[in-house]
Amino acid sequence: MPTELSRREFSWVLGGPQGGGINASAEIYAKALTRGGLHVFANIEFHSNIMGKHSYYRVTAAPIPVRSHVDDIHMLVALDQESLFGDAAERKHYPSHTGHVHQVAPGGSIIYDADLKIDPAQFGRDDINLYPIPFFEVLEEALKQVGKGGQSRKYIVMRNTVALGASIGISGYDEELMFEAIRNEFKGRKAEAAEMNVEAVRAAAAYARSHFSVRPERRLAPVPVEQRKNRMLIKGFQAVGIAKLRAGLGLQTYYPISPATDESVYLEAKGPQYQCTVVQCEDEIASINMAIGAAHMGVRAATSTAGPGFALMSEGFGFAAITEAPGPVVFLWQRGGPSTGLPTRTEQADLQFALHPAHGDFPHIVVAPGDIEESFSDSFESFNWADRYQMPVVVLLEKFLASSLFSSEPIDMSKLKIDRGQIYQPADADGDGYRRHAITADGVSPRTLPGMPGGIFSTTSDEHDPEGHITEGVENRIAMMRKRMAKLQTAAREIPATSKFTLHGPRQADLTLVAWGATKGAILDAMSELEADGRSVNFLQIRLMRPFPSDAVAAILRGAPLTVLIENNYSAQLGALISEQTGVVLDHHVLKYDGRPFSRNEIVEGVRAALSEQRKEVMVSHA
Amino acid sequence: MPETAAAAAPKKFSLQQYKTEVHVDWCPGCGDFGILSSIQQALFQLQIPPYKIAMISGIGCSGKTAHYVDTYGLHTLHGRALPVATGAKLANNQLTVVAVGGDGDGYGIGAGYFLNSGRRNLDMTYIVFNNGVYGLTKGQASPTLAKGLKTKSMPEASIQEGINPIAVALGAGYTWIGRGYALDVKSLVSLIVQAINHKGTSFLDVFQTCPVYNDLRTKEWYAGEDIGRTRIRRLEADPTWNPVVSDPLSIDEIVEKKTRALHASYETGDNLAVGVFYSIELPTYDDQLATKMPALKEHPLVDLPLYQRDVQPLFDELA
Repeated sequence: MPTELSRREFSWVLGGPQGGGINASAEIYAKALTRGGLHVFANIEFHSNIMGKHSYYRVTAAPIPVRSHVDDIHMLVALDQESLFGDAAERKHYPSHTGHVHQVAPGGSIIYDADLKIDPAQFGRDDINLYPIPFFEVLEEALKQVGKGGQSRKYIVMRNTVALGASIGISGYDEELMFEAIRNEFKGRKAEAAEMNVEAVRAAAAYARSHFSVRPERRLAPVPVEQRKNRMLIKGFQAVGIAKLRAGLGLQTYYPISPATDESVYLEAKGPQYQCTVVQCEDEIASINMAIGAAHMGVRAATSTAGPGFALMSEGFGFAAITEAPGPVVFLWQRGGPSTGLPTRTEQADLQFALHPAHGDFPHIVVAPGDIEESFSDSFESFNWADRYQMPVVVLLEKFLASSLFSSEPIDMSKLKIDRGQIYQPADADGDGYRRHAITADGVSPRTLPGMPGGIFSTTSDEHDPEGHITEGVENRIAMMRKRMAKLQTAAREIPATSKFTLHGPRQADLTLVAWGATKGAILDAMSELEADGRSVNFLQIRLMRPFPSDAVAAILRGAPLTVLIENNYSAQLGALISEQTGVVLDHHVLKYDGRPFSRNEIVEGVRAALSEQRKEVMVSHA
Repeated sequence: MPETAAAAAPKKFSLQQYKTEVHVDWCPGCGDFGILSSIQQALFQLQIPPYKIAMISGIGCSGKTAHYVDTYGLHTLHGRALPVATGAKLANNQLTVVAVGGDGDGYGIGAGYFLNSGRRNLDMTYIVFNNGVYGLTKGQASPTLAKGLKTKSMPEASIQEGINPIAVALGAGYTWIGRGYALDVKSLVSLIVQAINHKGTSFLDVFQTCPVYNDLRTKEWYAGEDIGRTRIRRLEADPTWNPVVSDPLSIDEIVEKKTRALHASYETGDNLAVGVFYSIELPTYDDQLATKMPALKEHPLVDLPLYQRDVQPLFDELA
């Protein structure tokens, strides 16, 4: 049954070869829609390749909130043949995809380069509209208008803009908003390029209007001017980067790795104006240890990585924990594993890894935000937790969140306050009697800032006494283990419930969905569709993985008559954690481990299949 | 600062203030005692306030040094002293940061950091206790043990070459490279003082005896009791020896000085060169950061007002 969202949304896909500028074009398109007051969610899929392989950008827009994509494409814009039909022609064995034609919804449209000279019969569809546009001819026409006739080869990348113009012309969107978006993108020295691109949009839209009389049913219109809100378009890595600067990040270390690098490079670009030092290290072992060194000196320090890099950080993680360093905060951007796995694809398969990052028993915090706002607040609070509880923190993120684009209203930062934890004030400059690892009731020993007279301390990766010197004594060992682990209880007590989990929807429902991380958007958007099946639905989203909110989660789940776990991994890792922490075994699992994010349809159909067929486990993959 | 002038000045901090009361658990006769004493004496000579020093050590017998010097001390992981020291210096550029570790620590498990710290040239000092064996795990061959040698706890002689740390340091880009001998404390103190005074990353390899596990490179062997003269050759005894690059822009001079240093580093057998091999003044990583972020010239990162920054301009860029 169609919902308001499924009736009103518009799903647009731009496909083409990697390195061909599709990102920039799709983001201009997304900006034009946002400026027209539409809610926008956009996600990109690309290969681990610099140039030539197939990539596509999907922009989903609606006049009401949208946080997910659907399987259906309402308008497909193909810059090459592969975007239409896949790569089976070149790769006889195991083609990597079958193109996007089959995903176009009945009544939908395909815009493609007329120069590809494709026989319409090849599409095998009589229920869609085909719009072959001679990209070069239109580009040439546009260039003539700005006095650059005969140069279409030089400006070949602008055929993307022609494709945008054709999209606007056919879908009936406001050209002026696209011009604004282009001029906003090409400012200052690039102003000349702005006018060339504006002209390309104008020419392409005009061509489309004059050559094709059939218009698709589904139209894309801006919301009325008085209802338009000022929204930004932000990606997960930007939200995290900005939050870290807000939180007082002094040192970011990293080793290049997909999909974590974007965040570090963003901080490298923005850091100097905020006096934030970013160091590209020789490997992830150096990254975490540099951050630990800085944290011990009193600077807020972080490192960003993905699974393979986090594997190298294991040793350093335990070192931070036993020396009670105030950090670092490790930002773990998950990609498809194991090993090198799927470097540019998404997955949620590092939860159990993040929970068990090193040998031995030690305290640490793991938090997994699910959207832009949570990415911002969790990133910010992580530094408070690192300082307050003197332990490393993992912020568990996903490639899907890193690279997806969300239209977002201003982030409310008013509740986010800095808390640096307990700093020891020496009574005298000699500092006699200061114990860096003093045994305390809550486990937290006030720290000093090196450089401070009277604050001298020693600490070590060996088991140590309260003064930080090596000892293997039995009583001390027991006291130190208890002291360090007590901090976890302190954290569990002090971290507010709002940071731990959210129960979306009614307190009691016929069906309870359970999930974590960036599946949040697709699940929230799918709930109304599932409710249409006649069941009330709520959604328990877990954010704090350690210390785990066991009692609250157990209470909710024990009262839930029917539960379905949804995870972007093979082994239902949150399900295992919930069972371990609460004894509750969830009724059904909907899992996806093809390296792609859940579409809204995959959530809906996966849940329906699990319930109607009474299956414990359902794997979905509509890609 | 010249050693003699420093020694004459009135002392604010006593030598005792650089020593902790922690029990030193090295074996009797260990070369580490000489290095520890030299570090304490050098810091005392330099009169650096103990609370302005961070001693960062790796794992192994040498790693315990951080516990015995009464400064801020981080006894880290095997091979990771340099990255931790780098982070500490980046956080607080007003600290004197001294990293110490063994030869297995620095040239084996930490080899990547040994190389890359040379590239970076932060203003800090790295001292390696080089005894040719892994002592704490009972005497396996370390990366510096020469091919064909078999210490008493090795079942068989080594069939790998020993690395030449001075040569590696020259290639890695260290801007001050020296070597000392643990049992010649007077010279070692002077070398450590020079290393700490050097602006940039100074690297000091120290020949150290392990009386328990290295029965080949003993005190007697270094003293040359078998050949009737010491095996230690002091570079500065050669009147033509000048390791300092006078014109850091002159590639010719750099190559000439590095070549001579390399040559000296390959002297083996009965002549083991100690002293300053190479020295050049180049912009430090700290200087370059301060160029990008001028506030770092006045204050260390840890003291800058970084919190609740105004990030609105970053949001505006996305609107």
